[in-house]
Amino acid sequence: MQLMGRQSWAFDRRPVILATGTVVGPFEGQGPLAADFDRVHDELSIGQDSWEKAERALFEEAAQLAAKKAGIAMDQVQFLVGGDLMNQIISSTFAARTLAVPFIGVFGACSTSMLSLATAAMLVDAGGAPYAMAVTCSHNATAEKQFRYPTEYGSQKPPTAQFTVTGAGAALVARSGSGPFVTAATIGKIIDLGVKDPFNMGAAMAPAAVDTILAHMNDLNRTPDYYDLIVTGDLSKVGHKLALELFAREGFPIGKTVYSDCGMMIYDYEKQDVQAGASGCACSAVVTYGHLLNRMKKGELKRILVVATGALLSTISYQQGESIPCIAHAVAIESGVN
Amino acid sequence: MDLVRAFLVGGAICLIGQLLMDVFKMTAPYAMTTLVVSGAVLDGLGWYDPLIEFAGAGATVPITSFGNALFHGALQELERYGWIGIITGMFEVTSAGISAAIIFSFLAALVFRPKG
Repeated sequence: MQLMGRQSWAFDRRPVILATGTVVGPFEGQGPLAADFDRVHDELSIGQDSWEKAERALFEEAAQLAAKKAGIAMDQVQFLVGGDLMNQIISSTFAARTLAVPFIGVFGACSTSMLSLATAAMLVDAGGAPYAMAVTCSHNATAEKQFRYPTEYGSQKPPTAQFTVTGAGAALVARSGSGPFVTAATIGKIIDLGVKDPFNMGAAMAPAAVDTILAHMNDLNRTPDYYDLIVTGDLSKVGHKLALELFAREGFPIGKTVYSDCGMMIYDYEKQDVQAGASGCACSAVVTYGHLLNRMKKGELKRILVVATGALLSTISYQQGESIPCIAHAVAIESGVN
Repeated sequence: MDLVRAFLVGGAICLIGQLLMDVFKMTAPYAMTTLVVSGAVLDGLGWYDPLIEFAGAGATVPITSFGNALFHGALQELERYGWIGIITGMFEVTSAGISAAIIFSFLAALVFRPKG
């Protein structure tokens, strides 16, 4: 592993995403990517008696699926790197209790998918583990309860609000395999331009995404056309548009590649009432580990840069009138390199 | 005609609530308390009773009437018992509404398990 520039790593040993596990809730199952997920639950409760237990169950299921698909037992996984949106990342810690794998908890809000993947890849690349697993999860009802209002209250939402994905995504990273490979990662800086509206997180996070993408290109001396696709985590309609404006202002030629957003891919805007689009830890996780890696397997994509975005607010910081600190972590995934 | 008046006044109060959220970017609890306080202030100015007479349920059903009732009770008891009446009277008129909220919440909690 090599430090590149200010904040990026190049993984020389080419850690491999050996297998992934993706599970989603019923609403995601009605979206256009349903066929890309390993399992679609038909009940939001996932057969549990609380939403929090449901979220944990999703985490456990995704982790077990990834191990099963790779043909290894859970106790062969050296480290589990996981995080979620709940206070004190309880979904991950409770699930790690069940899975009984040495656990590294990470918190990056919705950027946790790529933060955990970068950490797992670093562990494997540095020789610290033959197998490390990155997992993250979110649940629409737990996020609503913690960050917004109880669902029974039926509070109105503005069109800039986003809909938290119910699901979990796991990626098992190994020393060797046929790919796809995790080739580089860029760890983001906290960017806070003073947005205070938690119903407009796309706008709050867009500058962080742009900052990380620029840093990534700068550190690794790349131009956007190196990638077939650059995808942000959950900026959704509002943030995606803003990111394009910021790229233009910076004179960054984003038009040379395809720039998309996971938050705009998982739901059908015409049929599903999700305001600006999707959000949540699971958003970029299930879209990347399900849909995008499937496209790589089919050969439609060779090199992608996934830039997961996180709004690092808490209910207390929001109630005290603080703005929303945001972050974005980028991971480069490539097929067919050695 | 009663119906039309109730609809227009009640609707106008709801419209103000919606504008508080959409234009003034208030969260739902802020918008709600603003309307309650407005009802109390309007009653203090002596304007809410005429509004109820004009619009009936159009003025009594929205949350503004809760502010009106709080203020009403406080004033009545003030006249009867002096300053201490402000405190004892606050929930005099509103006690039916508050008790109903508690009792029905209790009954609902016996049957359902809220998950939030």
